[in-house]
Amino acid sequence: MAIRVQAEDFDVGAELAALTDGNPSIGGVASFVGLVRDMSKGDGAGGDSVSAMTLEHYPGMTERQLAAIEAEARARWPLDGVLIIHRHGRLLPGDRIVLAACASAHRAAAFEACWFLMDWLKTKAPFWKQEETPAGARWVAAKEEDDQAAERWYKRAP
Amino acid sequence: MRILYFAWLRAKIGTAEEEVAPPAGVATTGDLITWLQTRGPHYADALANRAVVKVAVNQDYVGLDHPVAPGDEVALFPPVTGG
Repeated sequence: MAIRVQAEDFDVGAELAALTDGNPSIGGVASFVGLVRDMSKGDGAGGDSVSAMTLEHYPGMTERQLAAIEAEARARWPLDGVLIIHRHGRLLPGDRIVLAACASAHRAAAFEACWFLMDWLKTKAPFWKQEETPAGARWVAAKEEDDQAAERWYKRAP
Repeated sequence: MRILYFAWLRAKIGTAEEEVAPPAGVATTGDLITWLQTRGPHYADALANRAVVKVAVNQDYVGLDHPVAPGDEVALFPPVTGG
C-alpha cells in the first residue's frame, strides 16, 4: 500500500526507483505525472490565465478513497507495485500535482492500471482546485468528460 | 453529529465544520440537507442545487437516502476536481 497525500513536492525518478527496487520480477513501470497548467492556451473558463492553484482536500477520506482505488486496481490487474502521491496546498504553474505509477511483469497491465488510477482518482478522490486568475479566484468545475472517462472502466472490467 | 463542508460549499456557508443536533424527524442525508437549508440564507443558497452536492457519511460516499445518526461525520462538498 503506497498512498501519500502531502504538501511537499516529490522526486519522480527516486519514487519510481523505490517502487521497483529489489523486485526483479517487475518488467515495467507506467507512470503519470499531473502538472498545474497556466491555461494560457485559452482553454480555461473565461480564457483567463492561471497564476496559482490551491488544492483543498478532505483529510482522512482522501487517504481512504485513494486506498480503495489502489485496491481496485490490484484486484483487476497483476501489479507488483502501486504508488499514488497527491499534493495539496498552493501550487504554481509547472508544479507537480500528482504521481500515479504501476509496476507489473508486462506493460499492458502497467499502462491500463495507471490510466485507471487517474480516471478513478479524478472522480472519486476528495480534492478541489481553486485557481487564481486576473479576474479573481474561482473554483474549478467538475468536467463531464472526467465522469465519462471513469465510467468506461465499469464496462471494461475483466 | 459533525458536519464538514468543503470548497465553495464551505465558502458559501462560512464555516468548515460544525456540531449539530438535528430534530428527531431527520433520518437520512436528504432529510439532513433539507433541515440544514432552514438554518439561514447562506445554507439555503449553498445547498439549493442538490445535483452538485456530494455527500459522505463517515468518509464513504452515500446517496440522499442514507441513514444518519448522532455521532456520524457527515461531509457535504461539490463534485471533486483533483488529479
